[in-house]
Amino acid sequence: MDAMPKWADMLLVPLISLLLAMVISALVILGIGEDPWAALKLMVQGSFGSTYGWGYTLFYATNFIFTGLAFAVASHAAMFNIGSEGQATLGGLGVALVCLALPWPHWTVALVAAMAGGALFGAAWAFLPAWLAARRGSHIVITTIMFNFIGLAVLNYMLVNVMRPEGSMDPASAKFPDSTNLPSLHDILALVGIPFSKTAPANVAFLVALVACVLVWLLLWRTRFGFELRAFGKSESAAVYAGISPTKIIVVAMLISGGLSGLMAVNNVMGEAERLVLNSVEGAGFIGIAVALMGRNHPLGVLLAAILFGFLYQGGAELALWTSIPRELIVVIQGLVILFTGALDNMVRMPIERFFLWRRRNAQAGE
Amino acid sequence: MDTFSTLIQVLDSTLRLATPLLLACLAGLFSERSGIFDIGLEAKMLVSAFFSAAFAYTTGSVWIGLMAGVAASIVFAGIHGIASITFRGNQLISGVALNFLASGMTVLIAQSWFHQGGRTPSLMGGARFEGVELPFAIGPTEAAETGRPLNQLIAEAGPLQQLYSELISGHSVLVYIALLAVPATWWVLYRTRFGLRLRAVGENPAAVDTAGISVVGLRYSSMIIVGVLCGLAGAYLATGLQAGFVKDMTAGRGYIALAALIFAKWRPWHALGACLLFGLLQALALRTDVVEAFFPFKMPVQLLDSMPYILTVVILAGFVGKAIPPRAGGQPYVKER
Repeated sequence: MDAMPKWADMLLVPLISLLLAMVISALVILGIGEDPWAALKLMVQGSFGSTYGWGYTLFYATNFIFTGLAFAVASHAAMFNIGSEGQATLGGLGVALVCLALPWPHWTVALVAAMAGGALFGAAWAFLPAWLAARRGSHIVITTIMFNFIGLAVLNYMLVNVMRPEGSMDPASAKFPDSTNLPSLHDILALVGIPFSKTAPANVAFLVALVACVLVWLLLWRTRFGFELRAFGKSESAAVYAGISPTKIIVVAMLISGGLSGLMAVNNVMGEAERLVLNSVEGAGFIGIAVALMGRNHPLGVLLAAILFGFLYQGGAELALWTSIPRELIVVIQGLVILFTGALDNMVRMPIERFFLWRRRNAQAGE
Repeated sequence: MDTFSTLIQVLDSTLRLATPLLLACLAGLFSERSGIFDIGLEAKMLVSAFFSAAFAYTTGSVWIGLMAGVAASIVFAGIHGIASITFRGNQLISGVALNFLASGMTVLIAQSWFHQGGRTPSLMGGARFEGVELPFAIGPTEAAETGRPLNQLIAEAGPLQQLYSELISGHSVLVYIALLAVPATWWVLYRTRFGLRLRAVGENPAAVDTAGISVVGLRYSSMIIVGVLCGLAGAYLATGLQAGFVKDMTAGRGYIALAALIFAKWRPWHALGACLLFGLLQALALRTDVVEAFFPFKMPVQLLDSMPYILTVVILAGFVGKAIPPRAGGQPYVKER
């Protein structure tokens, strides 16, 4: 018997944690001599007040949906994949190689091929840690952290020594050909007659992310493999007893997770930058952890949490633009959100559990 | 430039670069031996680097800076303790959160305090750790007496004196503290009652609890030690190795320290070896001319940079002896169910 109703677990606890993080963030803003209320208004205005703001919010959210789903899938198999950052970095490499390899006739063909490339490279980067975890018992957290750094070095090497166009000084690939440029939300919504900002970077990859949410939900809750995966995550010994192979679950779950991380590059590398640069992931892999935590590892929750973090990112950028608050405020808020929704979860949960138990006991006594 | 003095220079910078790794690695050792995973070593080093530089600049005294840095680091270790010991939260997530918090907070405070784009002003004079001149070594005093440049004086001395003056003497006091921390850690861990209990609580907290010793108390005291050691590491970065704080100046050293800890299989003397090795790799990455002299082919600097991580994965794969972490690591202790 659960101590509290499901809605309290799914909504009340994360919302109170979020509120606590917001209160502390407000105190931080006060501490550096700014007005938190004005800051919040500016953030909301900047990220939801115009289609331009929406375009950026959804662009960031698209990144976080992919990395959030990646963490959630691995989490259901009891794997703590902290390596999204590296997997998305390698995904970027895959997408760039595909985009630059052939003269693609149309963006649709290029998109499908780039998705395959990104997912393949991302999954490949998750394979070795997964295999080592399954077969050699190596701790997945440490190996994936190490692979983040190795991935960065690989990208650095590729950009500086291999992919940099002749005569160019900065470590970046050549610009992708025009035929690989993805239509933005402006182009898509114009088809149905909805006006949308032309300059905002949100693009068709957002729709891909939405499809990914549905597919992940189907995989986890509507397939045999998804059931096995969740069963393994709940209890390894019970799963083994039921004839489920741990190696298969660990490796496949991590491949899916890495593939989802790699898919993120379709948005930020192919959709926005249209060339590969160093550090294009910009911490989105780690934010995926926060997004999955807030979203309780459910695709719908991940979607909502990703939009919340998209708002934080775009709002924070607006703050840095219009006030003297540095952009790093978002990093602080991010840290606080992860701290309260993740690590200090029990601090919020225990009193609420006690409250519901107390109420139930009272109700029983009243009967 | 002859080979011998180049070698001494490389080893000299190896020692300097290994120092913050070593302090952080020993911090991680105390933490993980008590059963608390800590991927937030980076965070504690970073807050200490900022606060030590900020206070050293404001007060003009590096010692006050050092204390401020250690205090800030202990506060962060305390938050990690509250999350992972008291509230039995996920220790990895707490580490991730604290890393973000430190990275953002330091720049935010630096900007509103000094208005220099998220860094502290450069430290000078008493606000920095100067090199300690050991007895009989050729140092700045001799250079001032004879009125000749220091490197010239050292170059003229005999090889033993060169080795002593350049490699062993002339480091900041924190380098010597870090080296002394190795035997101290070994002694505490293997020769004291506290160390025995600390190791036990990382392996089997229930047994420790049954013996009537507080699991929570032991783990919190290890958090304080972590705070002090990471504080020293961060202060060395900002006031010894460099002259001031810049954004994200730890640059992944917390993770390299973690790698070194696994490389050393959670043992103090081996930690010294691992940190010196990783320090050497960092020193070589700065001296590509030396690397090119040794290798017939062109060694990509990225390979040198990622060597610590690759070596750690190899160790973790268990092909070179097995790396077995403390058994209760990462699991919160629940007294009764």
